[in-house]
Amino acid sequence: MKSKVDLRKELHRWQQTTLKKVLERSPERKQSFKTTSDIELKRLYMPFDIEEMEYMEELGLPGEYPFTRGVQPTMYRGRFWTMRQYAGFATAEETNKRYKYLLKQGQTGLSVAFDLPTQIGYDSDHPLCAGEVGKVGVAIDSLADMEILFDGIPLDKVSTSMTINATAAMLLAMYIAVAEKQGVPLDQLRGTIQNDILKEYTARGTYIYPPKESMRIITDIFAFCKDRLPQWNTISISGYHIREAGSSAVQEVAFTLADGIAYVKAAIEAGLDVDSFARRLSFFFGAHNNFLEEIAKFRAARRMWAKIMRERFGAKKPSSWMLRFHTQTAGCTLTAQQPENNVVRVAFQALAAVLGGTQSLHTNSRDEAFALPTEESVTIALRTQQIIAYESGVADIVDPLGGSYAIEALTEQIEERATEYIQKIDEMGGAIKAIESGFIQREIANSAYKYQKEIEEKERIIVGLNEFTVEESPFTDILKISPEVERYQREKLNKVRSQRDSQRVKDSLKRLKEAAQGTENLMPYILEAVKSYATLGEIADALREVFGEYKEHTIIT
Amino acid sequence: MEERKIRVLIAKPGLDGHDRGAKVIARALRDAVMEVIYTGIRQTPEQIAATAIQEGVDIVGLSCLSGAHNQLFPQVVQLLRQKGGDDIIVIGGGIIPYDDIPVLKKAGVAEVFQPGTSTQEIIRFIKERVAKRT
Repeated sequence: MKSKVDLRKELHRWQQTTLKKVLERSPERKQSFKTTSDIELKRLYMPFDIEEMEYMEELGLPGEYPFTRGVQPTMYRGRFWTMRQYAGFATAEETNKRYKYLLKQGQTGLSVAFDLPTQIGYDSDHPLCAGEVGKVGVAIDSLADMEILFDGIPLDKVSTSMTINATAAMLLAMYIAVAEKQGVPLDQLRGTIQNDILKEYTARGTYIYPPKESMRIITDIFAFCKDRLPQWNTISISGYHIREAGSSAVQEVAFTLADGIAYVKAAIEAGLDVDSFARRLSFFFGAHNNFLEEIAKFRAARRMWAKIMRERFGAKKPSSWMLRFHTQTAGCTLTAQQPENNVVRVAFQALAAVLGGTQSLHTNSRDEAFALPTEESVTIALRTQQIIAYESGVADIVDPLGGSYAIEALTEQIEERATEYIQKIDEMGGAIKAIESGFIQREIANSAYKYQKEIEEKERIIVGLNEFTVEESPFTDILKISPEVERYQREKLNKVRSQRDSQRVKDSLKRLKEAAQGTENLMPYILEAVKSYATLGEIADALREVFGEYKEHTIIT
Repeated sequence: MEERKIRVLIAKPGLDGHDRGAKVIARALRDAVMEVIYTGIRQTPEQIAATAIQEGVDIVGLSCLSGAHNQLFPQVVQLLRQKGGDDIIVIGGGIIPYDDIPVLKKAGVAEVFQPGTSTQEIIRFIKERVAKRT
């Protein structure tokens, strides 16, 4: 039999002898070591740091509650994560070509980036859109553009993620209309709409309508999809943008799950049974620089959501408890200085996402501090994922860092701190109230400012930016969007307007407005408007007339 | 006599919602004892020019990460000139490729700051420029 060693005693002995001698000779680099969430790190984690942990309650087995070790029993031994590069620029024609290229390169899912007019519900010829058409994504003015975007891409063979929020219902309706034209049954459609309006108010900015009306559209989508599009993820509750806006890892988890709670509550209040829609909720997180904290963050988020769904909402099905998520490496960590270094940064961030058990992943490109990426840059970013998947070996063990004293201790601390935040938000009356009062925005802004100060005071070193700098020649090999795109898009839009049945458009918009004034599900009306080739701007305006528009409270601190 | 504080308008023209940079800079300028007005996202060039003139600012800082800067920044400069605010300095920042910087400067933008610029550098620039002007 093994003799029982008292590890606390051993540690104490080590501190007084081996460690002490070394510290006397050479002190450590810093007085204290902290993560981005201000979690103070120990020098060394020991088995007793996690001895309180009840294994089955806190970790469990992969594919089982609380899913800390992963949502599937075999994880990447079964199938790799979906490699999904967010892409879209200029016109539907050009983006369609990029998609076909990416699929040929081995990408396994599509992710559509829309331009800002599309995201905010304006047609390309709206005065507010000058200079924005086709810039941060593809311009979609009507079903006609959507047909071009997916031309030659069978929708039963790909899964498509669409970063679309305020106008998610319209774009989903267009996707459905394209599928119908391709003859693809709706129950075979796989994909995701972001559809997460709450983080638009706090972090991303593409809201249109006030919170209450926006929440109605979202729950209408949940209800519409639960039978007709059973494989569709009706929302991607996003921490990514909260993190990009400057939050810490803990805040990212807390504010995202608080938003998630608000959606589940709204859907239950709208009369839906929690187990009827919960399995289609998905999540989206960033992967930032602090490797170990990020891995712990993903694991903590999974465990927290499982508890929230089971304990708070009484969900009965294991699939309702599962936090499935997409990850994007953190765009805000990319530097304009020595941009080639970004390839390395992205690789570590991507590795953290994989070790954290992500279901799909976007890796950023080295040139994104300047513009949308070139094809060459995107290829390197995709290859980075393929190298992790095929060469590194990390995909061969389920949750390979599970049980690491440091990772488990960090996972617990993130959970603890994020849970405190959620309690605070609960006390305020939930996420919507916390947004309306500006609490979440202020918390994010404070963290962003702190982060920037740390960089400027060199408490935080960013390689190539505030240390190891060199004189550089301008990096100019970037993707440019021609101003011609805007003109061409407007021409196409005019053509659609002149060729459609204008009476049908008028009628469909009128019926949509009437439905919006009542309580009926809006999706069928939006679908009819889309099929009549009403433009996105017209549909969004119809709802603006009924719902009004949200105005932000400007908060610096 | 107390020295007059530098007055700054930080504005986000166009549809872009990325306001982290704008807010961080607004706060840093305020900490550097400037008077800062931040008007939030989705401002038109007309709104920005009108606010700048109405508030009598010395300088306008524009932030745009959506790629619409070539359209929007020069428009703000022109509107300021048309409306009698031609002494107001305009600077910009965001996701702006190197090649666009000379074009923007030619259009009257005094300086363009790319990602990674320290707020101290921007503060220094503003102080020097405003001092030179008066």
